[in-house]
Amino acid sequence: MPSITRADVAHLARLSRLALSDDELDQMAGQLEVIITSVARVSEVADADVPPTSHSVPLTNVFRPDVLQPCLTPEAALSGAPALEDQRFRVPRILDEE
Amino acid sequence: MTELTRLSAAQAAGLIASGEVSAVELTAAHLDRIAAVDGSLNAFLHVDTEGALAAAAAVDAKRAAGHHLGPLAGVPLALKDVLTMNGVPTTCGSKILEGWRPPYDSTVVKKLRAADVVILGKTNMDEFAMGSSTENSAYGVTHNPWDLDRIPGGSSGGSSAAVASYEAPLAIGTDTGGSIRQPAAVTGIVGVKPTYGGVSRYGLIAFSSSLDQAGPFARNVYDAALLHAAIAGHDPMDSTSIDAPVPDVVAAALQADVRGLRIGVVRELNGDGYDNGVRQRFSEAVALLGELGASVGEVSCPHFDYAMPAYYLIAPSECSSNLARFDAMRYGLRIGDDGTRSAEEVMAITRAAGFGPEVKRRIMIGTYALSSGYYDAYYGSAQKVRTLISRDFTAAFEQFDVLISPTTPTTAFRIGERTDDPLKMYLADLDTIPSNLAGNASMSVPCGLSPDDGLPVGLQVMAPAMADDRLYRVGAALEGALDSRRGHLLLEEAPAL
Repeated sequence: MPSITRADVAHLARLSRLALSDDELDQMAGQLEVIITSVARVSEVADADVPPTSHSVPLTNVFRPDVLQPCLTPEAALSGAPALEDQRFRVPRILDEE
Repeated sequence: MTELTRLSAAQAAGLIASGEVSAVELTAAHLDRIAAVDGSLNAFLHVDTEGALAAAAAVDAKRAAGHHLGPLAGVPLALKDVLTMNGVPTTCGSKILEGWRPPYDSTVVKKLRAADVVILGKTNMDEFAMGSSTENSAYGVTHNPWDLDRIPGGSSGGSSAAVASYEAPLAIGTDTGGSIRQPAAVTGIVGVKPTYGGVSRYGLIAFSSSLDQAGPFARNVYDAALLHAAIAGHDPMDSTSIDAPVPDVVAAALQADVRGLRIGVVRELNGDGYDNGVRQRFSEAVALLGELGASVGEVSCPHFDYAMPAYYLIAPSECSSNLARFDAMRYGLRIGDDGTRSAEEVMAITRAAGFGPEVKRRIMIGTYALSSGYYDAYYGSAQKVRTLISRDFTAAFEQFDVLISPTTPTTAFRIGERTDDPLKMYLADLDTIPSNLAGNASMSVPCGLSPDDGLPVGLQVMAPAMADDRLYRVGAALEGALDSRRGHLLLEEAPAL
């Protein structure tokens, strides 16, 4: 029986890149506990000799000839960007300052 | 002449081809209908008036120039807001994509354009297709045309409401756990989840990649077949697209004959928890299929009882991974970028503000199910259940050509009735989920109104992968028999809006 604490939920939120409020963390702890407990039933029939299925159709790599093809213009590719600089996506800092 | 919005897609295309009605007239009539009734339905998130009229004018010009018109040329359609359409807002019902205009067409849209279908606009949905009622949309709930206090199903509830209310004769939805079939059932229309891989997912914004499948909504089985044929087929842009001929669904809909067909009633998809009215209409339909010459028997699929828990591990797991792309960097919402915060902080603030509660919940469940130490017990076990469900289907299809069940255990529930109880909401997809997990084809076709509440009941038909044509044989036969017994179309009993 899983027991999901508020600390577990805070950890999951960090892994999920979700800055949840305290209220959300409290509410989510109860809900996740109920949902996870309910879905844990799958282990009742998941015997060791049953192979897992990830996809209903067999997946094979699909290749195409390595030739130039038309693609989005820089303007189109950048058209939804929240911030731009010099025809590039401008993003917040990604490294900690020294 | 019949009011233009009441025409079936096939009738409308016929009138356009013969020149009795112009595509512009037909489109304008539907735009007027949307303007008149969508205030009380909220089926559309965006109406592309200019684009639709231009597409219609192009069809009229084509006809005037003597070019050949396809079977759906000039017919208006409502598109679920989860499929990209170049330059037209696409939100997935989420604040995180508010105002985003994709720079490319999904393959479904490309095919619709190639078929000269007129796209009226984008329809409301549960955020990122997660839900069974459209109550999870960030842009307000959609109302069921049969009773405005009730849900139109979900996640493709905008599409089902649009078709059932004569805003459009056709719509596209997507179905990950029942999101085409369940809305079709509760609004009294036809909805089809094609075989997984039958319709390209390119440009379908992913929720659960191994389950998502786009498909048609229509007011009758033949129209659904025409739309199915228009959007199906192999696409090199989707690595899971099946490279095989599309089954002839249009011929099957015309055949409308179940004589000699072996139909299996799934024992596990009925019983406790099902409305009496649903069970009554379903068993009448089963008897009717027997009268029409099918050989009907019962079949057991014991692992279907585990489909829902398996789904609510697999779909959230894939969702937690797929929705990582909404990172506030390249498109969509960005909040909190004040020059002091790191990219990771901006990402977390944006995602917390941009996603609604159900999406957050599923991302968290998926993250949990995939985390080390829990992976085998949860995601791994769910994948094994998936195997067991596929085996149940394989065994059942050795005895029967198609399987049937109610599409959903209840008729449309009231808005707000299940929002506080996620597990109760999940029950709406009890009957539809097995076909997503196994990837086979599945349809919901109306089988009457519940005597309890006068609301539509759907019958689900399930066929093996790439035998989608069988759905249309059964659906059209049942529809024809019910229509002639009733003497009029079911939707004529819906209240005027």
